[in-house]
Amino acid sequence: MTKKMTLHLRIWRQPNPHTPGRFVTYTIRDVSSDMSLLELLDVLNEELIKKGEPPVEFDSDCREGICGTCGFLVNGVAHGPKRGRTACQQYLRDFKDGETITLEPFRAKAFPVIKDLVVDRSALDRIMAAGGYISVNTGSAPDANSIPIPKEIAEQAFDAAACIGCGACVAACPNASASLFVSAKIAHLALLPQGQPERIRRVLRMVEQMDKEGFGDCSNHGECEAVCPKNISIKHIAIMRREYLRALWSL
Amino acid sequence: MATAIKLDSKVPSGPLESRWTRHKDQLKLVSPTNKRKYTILVVGTGLAGASAAASLAELGYNVKAFCIQDSPRRAHSIAAQGGINAAKNYRNDGDSIWRLFYDTIKGGDFRAREANVYRLAELSVNIIDQCVAQGVPFAREYGGLLDTRSFGGALVERTFYARGQTGQQLLLGAYSAMMRQVDAGRVTLYPRREMLDLVVINGQARGIVCRNLITGELESYVGDAVVLCTGGYGNAYFLATYAKNSNATAIWRCHKRGALFANPCFTQIHPTCIPVTGDYQSKLTLMSESLRNDGRVWVPKKKGDTRPPNEIPEDERDYFLERKYPTYGNLAPRDIASRAVKAVCDEGRGVGATGRAVYLDFSDTIREKGIEYIKEKYGNLFEMYQHITGEDPYKVPMRIYPAVHYTMGGLWVDYNLMSTIPGLFVLGEANFSDHGANRLGASALMQGLADGYFIIPYTIGDYFANTTLPKVSPEHSAFKESLADVHRFLTKLLSIKGNKTVLEFHRELGMILWDYVGMARNAQGLQIAIEKIRKLREEFWNNLKVPGDNNMLNKNLEMAGRVADFLELAELMAIDALHREESCGAHFREEYQTPDGEALRNDEQFCYVAAWEYTGDLGKPELHKEPLVFEFVTPTVRSYK
Ligand code: SF4
Ligand code: FES
Repeated sequence: MTKKMTLHLRIWRQPNPHTPGRFVTYTIRDVSSDMSLLELLDVLNEELIKKGEPPVEFDSDCREGICGTCGFLVNGVAHGPKRGRTACQQYLRDFKDGETITLEPFRAKAFPVIKDLVVDRSALDRIMAAGGYISVNTGSAPDANSIPIPKEIAEQAFDAAACIGCGACVAACPNASASLFVSAKIAHLALLPQGQPERIRRVLRMVEQMDKEGFGDCSNHGECEAVCPKNISIKHIAIMRREYLRALWSL
Repeated sequence: MATAIKLDSKVPSGPLESRWTRHKDQLKLVSPTNKRKYTILVVGTGLAGASAAASLAELGYNVKAFCIQDSPRRAHSIAAQGGINAAKNYRNDGDSIWRLFYDTIKGGDFRAREANVYRLAELSVNIIDQCVAQGVPFAREYGGLLDTRSFGGALVERTFYARGQTGQQLLLGAYSAMMRQVDAGRVTLYPRREMLDLVVINGQARGIVCRNLITGELESYVGDAVVLCTGGYGNAYFLATYAKNSNATAIWRCHKRGALFANPCFTQIHPTCIPVTGDYQSKLTLMSESLRNDGRVWVPKKKGDTRPPNEIPEDERDYFLERKYPTYGNLAPRDIASRAVKAVCDEGRGVGATGRAVYLDFSDTIREKGIEYIKEKYGNLFEMYQHITGEDPYKVPMRIYPAVHYTMGGLWVDYNLMSTIPGLFVLGEANFSDHGANRLGASALMQGLADGYFIIPYTIGDYFANTTLPKVSPEHSAFKESLADVHRFLTKLLSIKGNKTVLEFHRELGMILWDYVGMARNAQGLQIAIEKIRKLREEFWNNLKVPGDNNMLNKNLEMAGRVADFLELAELMAIDALHREESCGAHFREEYQTPDGEALRNDEQFCYVAAWEYTGDLGKPELHKEPLVFEFVTPTVRSYK
């Protein structure tokens, strides 16, 4: 049932990458429990603008959990308390009336803070450019049904392909590793027959780029899987390791 | 300022089936070594933009790709749920290119060009091949072959899908193809850049001015052609299923630089979205049309029946879509279903707290096929519904209501996808080309990819081969002027220092459009809308409050620019809706309906594309008409009964 709530937001404010940030607490009264957490930030920002104070900058776009644009730490958890969801899919009904909610940007060396809750995740794109694709020029594809793929394999590939590139796994990892993200792409393509020809090159190059970007190593904490809004399983990291070893052996 | 623009659609002649092939054969080519000398600016990296950037780079062109998102993978195409049509006829259910063509042109209520729509249907087949080769994990059957399902407005199963995330998977395919070209050094990415002006030199599109959204810096980019793939303008309505940052700024600024804007009043309202719950609401969420395959839409027969749905016995329910449209039933096209939903709610039979909702009920299918069947097909959609509403749709029927979802109108383009400004090409939802007055489900992805993968790579070469392009530098006076214009515009927004926020203006504009330029329109309402929009625009420029300044990340300033443009475009939408004195597709004029309340077209007077020219006076755009000629199909009354 819908109810009215009062919430305190303790938010990381940082005007730019070069100025140190700090937490500032705001109170918002009488908001509907049906509201989303990002809508609460919208409401706060409207109040701040009216008062002549700088609004809180945060990234969001689809607001339905699919684009991967949103993301920050909510009470220390990437994306927030409800697991398997992005920040934009957290609703106030899942918080307690009167609660103080702490919001801070994803913390990782490879994700520098730009402003307030906004970080730079372009490192993930550079990893994709290093090999997250199947090389097939437009127009050169055979008939789609000429490559039958067993349903189970297609489903497994899909489970991996569902990654939205939000970077929560990195933020949750004590080593700030991007292993879950990278392994999801490697597993997706390694599972499919179309992905075979570039299997070796792909894993070697993507892993190399991941290291270059300053992401840490994976030491099996499993925090990544716990926060992943798309429930990408940590077993993909095992697949990536296998693929990597296999690639090294074949060199 | 009106010029003697003559609209030449460049539609080839001859038999429909061979038009595109013959046209391609006649297009001039650029040699591989010369391709390297051309730079193409691709703006927007959704399905159309990413596929165009990848394909053009593969051919050897230099591509610069711009997007407002932090990563090109996040463009709004990603949100498309249900699927993509292709006339593969893998099911042997009688599908064919002709049938897809016919369904699409009929679905668009005979307000699109035959040749364009036929080409789209033809290319649909290649798209699926391309995407599968890229590793897109489409749904498959146990035999390992591709699965399909049916969608609104069709009697065959031709919609390919990837769970409820087809757009995401197709976009990741196009994005990965583009990233491969980034790696190869042929595409340079410019994320977090917003195009704020088009630079036209000697009548040719030669560059763009962007704002770097992180630093606020204005940047000039020179190119030999500009390919606009910036999506639709549905966010003019404020509440819509579009991503929050989707906007019309790029197309609108091009319009003001001379590109004609076609059929701006053709905006699609999707029947199945999660209803509005409160005035804080920031956007609406679509529930895929594919759900109508297995869900049944109903309301109580009695007005004001407040019993919970499971307490309303079968014989007191009105399955109104099945009743009104027995052949298509719950799969009636979007415009028709939306109006039917509105009608029952207007009668006072709507459900939920606001009375502006109907049920989408899966209990019959769950009983017949089991919960697992539903989970596999629509699991993520059900989950999304539960996250947003806090209700479990496996137990209680979903509540849905129509919301703004897509815009068929857009910049006018010829058969080569070139606008009225030479060198400015427009692809995907940003153009007006293929969906007429109403788009059928699972056709947006198809069009975006057809334009990007298979059309622009051919037609842009012909433009280069036929055009002399003198060298220009960013020091050219046209760039300087454009930079100054944009700078002035931004400074003005910041200097008003009034009392109302961008969000407040945007909401108000949305309300005007929804009330008067929404699902049903009439002359009087449209006149009121025009008045109100003008007033609101004036207030905007006198009472807007934008925090911060220009030289930093400032999302409010970004929004202010976009809302300023929506406030102008909105007037054109209303003007177009007022001038089109007929009902067709999504454009329903209450004065023009059949006795049983269906759209009444007027082919005698309105069988044309309305392409509007900016004259410098927003209230007086000049209308150019491109007559629509039907040589192969006969426009009929669109019946789904
Ligand atoms: S693996 Fe999960 S948490 Fe990591 S980027 Fe992908 S979706 Fe986000
Ligand atoms: S805004 Fe798109 S996932 Fe949250």
